This record gives sequence, C-alpha cells and structure tokens, in this order.
Amino acid sequence: MNQETQQGSAPLLDRSDVRVKHADTIGGTIGAFIDRVRSGDLGSLPVIVGLIIICTVFQSLNPVFLAPNNLVNLLFDCSTVGVISLGIVCILMVGEIDLSVGSVSGFSSALLGVLWVNSGWPVAVAIIVALVLGAAIGALYSFLFNRFGMPSFVSTLAGLLAWLGLQLYLLGSSGSINLPYGSPLVNFGQTLVMPDAVSYALAAIAGIVVFVTGYRTAARRRVAGLSASSLGRLLLQAAAVIVILEFIVYYLNQGRGVPWMFGLFVALCVIMNYALTRTKWGRSMTAVGGNREAARRAGINVRRIYLSAFVLCSTLAAAGGLLAAARLASASQQAGTGDVNLNAIAAAVIGGTSLFGGRGSAYSALLGIIVIQSIASGLTLLDLSSSLRYMITGAVLAIAVIVDSLARRSRLSHGRA
Amino acid sequence: MPESDRQDSAPGERVLSLRGVSKHFGAVSALTDVDLDVHAGEVVALVGDNGAGKSTLVKVLAGVHQPSSGTITFAGKEVVLADPATALGLGIATVFQDLALCENLDVVANIFLGRELNPPRLDEVSMEIRAWTLLNELSARIPSVREPVASLSGGQRQTVAIARSLLTEPKLILLDEPTAALGVAQTAEVLDLIERVRARDLGVIMISHNMEDVRAVADRIVVLRLGRNNGEFGPDASNQELVAAITGADENSVSRRATRRRSQQAPEARP
Ligand SMILES: Nc1ncnc2c1ncn2[C@@H]1O[C@H](COP(=O)(O)OP(=O)(O)O)[C@@H](O)[C@H]1O
Ligand SMILES: [Mg+2]
Repeated sequence: MNQETQQGSAPLLDRSDVRVKHADTIGGTIGAFIDRVRSGDLGSLPVIVGLIIICTVFQSLNPVFLAPNNLVNLLFDCSTVGVISLGIVCILMVGEIDLSVGSVSGFSSALLGVLWVNSGWPVAVAIIVALVLGAAIGALYSFLFNRFGMPSFVSTLAGLLAWLGLQLYLLGSSGSINLPYGSPLVNFGQTLVMPDAVSYALAAIAGIVVFVTGYRTAARRRVAGLSASSLGRLLLQAAAVIVILEFIVYYLNQGRGVPWMFGLFVALCVIMNYALTRTKWGRSMTAVGGNREAARRAGINVRRIYLSAFVLCSTLAAAGGLLAAARLASASQQAGTGDVNLNAIAAAVIGGTSLFGGRGSAYSALLGIIVIQSIASGLTLLDLSSSLRYMITGAVLAIAVIVDSLARRSRLSHGRA
Repeated sequence: MPESDRQDSAPGERVLSLRGVSKHFGAVSALTDVDLDVHAGEVVALVGDNGAGKSTLVKVLAGVHQPSSGTITFAGKEVVLADPATALGLGIATVFQDLALCENLDVVANIFLGRELNPPRLDEVSMEIRAWTLLNELSARIPSVREPVASLSGGQRQTVAIARSLLTEPKLILLDEPTAALGVAQTAEVLDLIERVRARDLGVIMISHNMEDVRAVADRIVVLRLGRNNGEFGPDASNQELVAAITGADENSVSRRATRRRSQQAPEARP
C-alpha cells in the first residue's frame, strides 16, 4: 500500500522531507486524524458527536423520534431553513454577516403569494421575480459595504426591519395568503418524495462519483511523481459512502421516502461545496475571508467577491422563503420571523463554519440544520413549549461558538490558522 | 563572480522610471519628489534607514498605495497603478515586507492565489508540481505544500512569498527585505536567484539593510533619506559613503571607526 515501496528508491516530489510524518497506512490515517483534532482542526467532528447525543436522548424519551416518518418530516423542515443557512455559509466565508435573511425569506414568500395567488401571475414568473429581488437586496448590501464601508452587521440589521415592513405591507390587512393545495409547488413542499429506485440509485451514484474522481486524481498524481492514495483506500472510502447513504435511504424508504425538497437542498450543498473548494471563485472567497489585504495584493477583485457573497446569501434566503411558503402552503406575516434568522446562522456555525471568516464548508449548513431541527422536533414530540426550545437552541449555539473560538485558539498555537 | 557578470552586461532599455513621486499619509510625507530609474537586466538596491519610505515606494509601485503626485513610466508608457491587479497585469511582481500571505490557505494555494490554473475546475496536480519546482529552485526547506501557511516559519513564508513573485514571468521584481528572515544558505540562494533573474533581462529593485548583500548583487545603489533621494552609488561605494548618505551625517560610529582604522594603517606610509 505504501507508495515509497512501490516506487523503489526514488523519493516522491512531495515526500522528500524526512521530518514530516505521512499517513500511508490505515493506522497512520487514524493517527493523523487524531493529531488534527487535537490541534483544533475539528472539522465536523463536534456536530456528529452532538447529533449522536441528541438522538440518544430524545429516542430514550420518546421512541417516535427516530421513527422513519418523523425523520422524513424532519428532512422536509430542514430543507427550508437549510437553504437559507447555505447562504449564511457563503457570507461567513468572507468574514461578513447577514442578519436579515429571515426577513428576506419572509418578504419573498409574501411576494410569491401576492404575485401568484392574488395577481394571477404564472408561478414560475413569481418565483423568478422573488429570486431576482433577493439578489438585488444582496447587491444593495454589497454596494453599501464596498462603496461606503458600511459594516454588514449594520446594513443587514437595517434590512431586517425594512424587508419585514415590506412583507407586512405586501400582505396588507388580510395578513396571510393561502397557496392552492394540490398545486405542484405546494406538493413539492409537503408530499413529493423520490421513488425508492431513484433514491437508491442516487445514493449509489454518490459513492461511484467519489471513487471515480478520487481514482482519476490518484492516477494523475502518480504519473506526476506525487504521492497518491492507494486503490484500497479509495475503494474503502467509496464503500463507506455507499453503505452509509444506502442505509439512510433504506430507513427513510420504510416511511414516506426521501423528500424531493431535501434532495434539492442536498444538491445545492454539493454544488456549493464544489464551487467553494474546486473553483477559483471559491479559492478567492476563502482568501478574502482569511486575509483581505493579501487577497487584494494578489490581484483578486475583492469587491466583486464581496458582491458575489452578499448576492448569493440573500438569493438563497429568498429561495428558502419560497420553500417555506410551499411547506406551509401559505404566505403569512409570521413567515421568516421568530427564530428563522438565528436558526439559519446557528446552523452554519454549529456545522463548523467559522464566524471569523475564511474557514467553513457547504456541508456545515446541512449538518447544522439537522442538529437544530432534531432538537426542535424532539422537543415538540415531548410537548414542550417553544420557550424551552428557544433556550435550548440558544445554549447549543453558545456551545458551538465556544467550540469554534477554542478550536481557533488551538489552531493558532498549532500553526494551522 | 558577480563582478564579471556586471561588467559585460550593459544596462538594457529603461523598464521603469519615476519622476517627482510623492506620497502623503495625512500630515506625514512618506515620499517627497522621488526619482528612480530601473533598466532591463539591472539590479537596483534601495537603501535607507527605518522609516525612510522604502516600503512605501514599493507599495506605490505595486499598486497598493496611490501616489499623491508624480508620474510613473513603465515600459515606455506612462501608467496609473490604480490597484494591485493593474501592477500585476503590467508585469510588476512584488515580495512585500509584510508578507501578504493567506494563513488559512496552503502553500500551493498561496503561490497561485489570483492566478489559479483552470478556474472552473482547479488543476491541483499541475499547481502542486509547479509549486514544488519553484520551491526546489529556491532550495526551500518546506516540509509539505499542503499544510496551511500558518504552520510555516518566518523564513519558509518568505520563500513562499518569493516563489509567488516568480510564478508568472514578470518584467520587474520588487523585493522588500527578501532576506531579512532567511538563514545563511537561503540568503545565498536568494542572491543567486537575483543574479539569474537579472540574466533573464528583468529589472529588479531590492531593499536590504545588509550592505554586503547589496554590494554583492546591486548594479546601482539608491539611497532614500526621510522620503527623499539622497544620493546614488555604484556597487564599489565604500561603507562610509553609504552610511553617511543613509544617516545624513559624516560623524558617526562607523565613519569614526573607519577613520581610526585608516590612521592605524597610515603611520608606515608617513615619514
Ligand atoms: N499606511 C500608512 N499610514 C500612515 N503612515 C504610513 C503608512 N505606511 C507608512 N507610513 C509612514 O511612512 C513612513 C515610511 O515608512 P516605510 O515606507 O514603511 O519605511 P521603510 O523605509 O522602513 O520601509 C513612516 O514614517 C511611516 O510611519
Ligand atoms: Mg520597510
């Protein structure tokens, strides 16, 4: 399995320094992982541990918690705020914040109701208008930020009020607009699930894609004289992905099945992850979040990066609002208020995206929102009031931020930034 | 060895020419009416005391700061260096004194920052190979190019910053105290590299406090003092002359010691 032995005596280009430990065996990989965690590079470890604790506690209090259909419902609920949270990941990557995502989502759901139901526009046009206005809101924030140096904290706090006002104005005295039951949009938000075969196939494809990309990279690296992961490890990795995903899909298919809406959310996460880690744009986002001046001196158009981050964030917030309207089959004055804002931000942070910028992953939105929705769902099953839910979610957020700060301090002292 | 190179390479055409460049930060005049010329295949050393304005001059040329007045002519055309991207686009590469690396990115990502290969689907393998090639040319002692830059020592970071500036073939390289954090072998390596860069007919501006390094590679030594030009010397200028120009005083410990030494050697010549 070890590259050095396969290649004979010629040292690989990236393995010539004898001071560096390289994890070439399975045992070595585990050892390297432990080292990384101890130095504060936690990745998604805390959130997975947290999720296991939450599931154990709620399952022992109420056995319905892990029932397939409860989980399916949970995934429907996750998708709406999850999409908003994905936008928060973007804005946190560059070290800024958007506090108005809840209001933007509420505004866009109100817009959908007014344009589609009250004015009779085609639903697709109403959706596009809502998304475009969401993008325009982000463009406005980035204009204020780039042009006047207005801190995003302030401009989006102002936005929080302004868009809420606009939402209330649009809905007028009626206060809420019901979306037609049975329409494709409402079905998408409430009932549509993948056929079993499709969900199994998608889970398998995910594993195959992991293997094929890994294999291609390894082959190229080997040809170029760089160290590469062995076939065994790649196969093991792909097998693990397939087994885990197929098991989850199997379990959900015991109930209603995998919601298409959740599929959309996961697809957005995958695309965002690719964009953040494999494109020049993503590299620039990370650089701006890590050291804005260094990014500028490297010739990166920093303003355009901020523009893209703000626009993506509020567009995804608008998209989340549309999904929420579909989920509830209504556009109401309550949409986007309450804990939506904080849940979206908390999810990204709980999932491991740093508030300090330059560090995070699209999947943190996915993991974080599952944690938050699990708490909400578990407490609802226990018939506990929302007062307790707020307090517990607040505590979880505080813990996540403390973990983030401690991990950051540890990373700094271990030279991992 | 540097001496022989220098004699047979006549300076090429003018790459860069500054006329009357000034830069004010509020009430502070960091640069006042500075003139500077750099030719192709020429190494110009910029020396001066702390706070003389050397880094400010480099930042003006890198597009980081905009000059308050004055003109910059690059490759025969008057240019406005409105931002770093413009300067990079013209072919001015810079190693900043405050290194300007992203600590959260790894070595490869830092070297290629802003100039990544294949933007829609980053070509990590090619970038890693190129990074290793550049670093090996500099005899860098970097354990792994996939570690975040935060884990590197000062000297290693400096090497990464230098490798960055050599990535694209620039016309002019600005090195702001490139050897300040380097060990003996690496300093020699960097000076060697400056020689090689000059041989490729690029212009080089090097800032250093080490007069020995300066004399080893420079074709011309330009002195800044309190933000103004304060003399221009050949590489054979004496330490005393340089120190006098840098500090603006003839009377200091270096010149006194030089005088003492001369007077100790002199008696034999005297009757
Ligand atoms: N960004 C800045 N804002 C205000 N003053 C500055 C700035 N950069 C440099 N200066 C001032 O300009 C002068 C020259 O600094 P610098 O160019 O860094 O000197 P050095 O020759 O040591 O590199 C100093 O007096 C410094 O205080
Ligand atoms: Mg300086």
